[in-house]
Amino acid sequence: MDQTGKGLTEEKAEQNYKEPFSLSRFARKNGTQLGIFAVFLALWALFIFAAPDTFLSANIYWAFMATIPFFAISAMPLTIAVIAGEIDLSFPSLMAMGMVAFILTYDATGMIWLAFIASLAMGLIGGLLNGAIVVYFGIPSLVATIGTQFFWRGMVLVLSEGSSGSLVYAKESLLHSLLVGKIGGALPAQFIWLVIIAIFCWVLLNRTRFGAHVYLIGDNAESAALMGVNTARTRILVFVLVGVISAFAGVVASMHVNFFWPSLGDGYLLRTLASVFLGGTSVFGGIGTIFGSFLGAFIIGAIEAATVAVGLTGFYTQLIYGLIIVLSVTMHAFLRRRME
Amino acid sequence: MANRIELQKVSKTFGEVQALREVDFILGENEVVGLLGDNGAGKSTLIKIITGYYRPDEGEMYINGEKIEDLTVPKARELGIETVYQERALAELQSLWRNIFLGRELKNRAGLLKINQMKQETHRLMIQSMGFTSSAVSPDSAVGTFSGGEKQGVAIVRALYFDADIIILDEPTMGLSLKETRRLLDFVRGIKEAGKAAIFIDHNIFHVYSVADRVVVIDRGKVAGEFMTKDISLDDLMEKMYRVAETGVLE
Repeated sequence: MDQTGKGLTEEKAEQNYKEPFSLSRFARKNGTQLGIFAVFLALWALFIFAAPDTFLSANIYWAFMATIPFFAISAMPLTIAVIAGEIDLSFPSLMAMGMVAFILTYDATGMIWLAFIASLAMGLIGGLLNGAIVVYFGIPSLVATIGTQFFWRGMVLVLSEGSSGSLVYAKESLLHSLLVGKIGGALPAQFIWLVIIAIFCWVLLNRTRFGAHVYLIGDNAESAALMGVNTARTRILVFVLVGVISAFAGVVASMHVNFFWPSLGDGYLLRTLASVFLGGTSVFGGIGTIFGSFLGAFIIGAIEAATVAVGLTGFYTQLIYGLIIVLSVTMHAFLRRRME
Repeated sequence: MANRIELQKVSKTFGEVQALREVDFILGENEVVGLLGDNGAGKSTLIKIITGYYRPDEGEMYINGEKIEDLTVPKARELGIETVYQERALAELQSLWRNIFLGRELKNRAGLLKINQMKQETHRLMIQSMGFTSSAVSPDSAVGTFSGGEKQGVAIVRALYFDADIIILDEPTMGLSLKETRRLLDFVRGIKEAGKAAIFIDHNIFHVYSVADRVVVIDRGKVAGEFMTKDISLDDLMEKMYRVAETGVLE
């Protein structure tokens, strides 16, 4: 790579290409992100209009920031996986399995930080296993992770004997306040973690070789391999990322309620996936943004509160989920065709 | 100087199919070698071994006189071997600059991509080497929107940008217009004039004959014969190709 480096600096002085700014070019380049942003604003305006008492008070936003991260955190690495042309359905089980590792380690040692590290390590192992099955045995990740999802959930039930457990011992710990404390008495720490993880995933995806290779593999894995991209390593790393960050999300969600349920994560699978696809990430791979998934998660999270606040019964929630997801995904497909 | 590439008794088997059997192959220092052969003769397998995509089961490989074990694609590219693939190996949804730097993205010490520098370079290459003049095309344009000739241009410029000494072209004229084909053949002659070497694979015997110094005929995984193009007429070569296709032997 050095030989190219030399030539580059010489050329640089003589010409400086600058992208001419034009609105249409900007719109074309960021079409899906602008699209989901418009949906986000429109829904927000609609919610404020329909239930001003709820959506003009700060309380609802503090509540969103407290609860949305539980599934939104996993949506960040999952976005990377989907861009790479993969999917991981096992992450809810890994959230719970991470907590099992946490509790077993704490019971054995009484060290809460070690327990925390054990849960992340568990996520890493789960991710490695997913990656190895997909890469070395050539099993489509949809199928492979359906299998590991059952496997890890089963492992959780066997090890916990199906019983839940209190985490009250963690309540006074530093880890607890770092993960789910309230900054200034109001801002939930888990929201800050969501932002940190979103930025981390954004940098990985847009500013590193790993991220560049994720896009290339999702677009055309054969080409990437022909041009020397280590597709096996990149894909395994993608699954590891999902595993570790999901285990982290599992700890955050459990700390928040100071309780471990063996069913932890179960309710998050479809919401997390919906966030990713709502955000404009293509199910065919090669296209997608972290920003889109981030907004997608907040749309999904707000719908539930909104249906109730607007005066509809909770029964409408899923119906509205469905409507908005189908409409948004159709919008993305339409925008994409227009961009070509 | 030594031969650029030398293969000795290279064999490769895929399951039941023996794609190559004890193939000897040489690419000289400043030589354009045409590879001819029917579909499934083993041409693609041969070049994928040279580019490090496949490992040979048996045989030895020398690049620039040095014995090479366990060649990988990045290693081959480091040794100056670049390939323009039949399918062009482009990621069509991705931008031009990402395709140009595919697999060897520039990064700084912190491991972060030098995106601006890659875009600058791409812009320079677009104007100087690819002949893009339309303002509608920028380093950020998705490659999928380009024409066949433009895509081929991208694949070729990518091969040349990194200072390759050995350029492999796998069916490069496929899907090109007449004018684009002529430009491509001129480009192959340019490789020779620049003192480099090329392996040129094409179905079209006219194209191969017009640019190659030497033609190697491959049939059913074996080298059936080779000729210097200056010693054989096009008619004779065609005659021999038909005979090989039917009988498996040249004479």
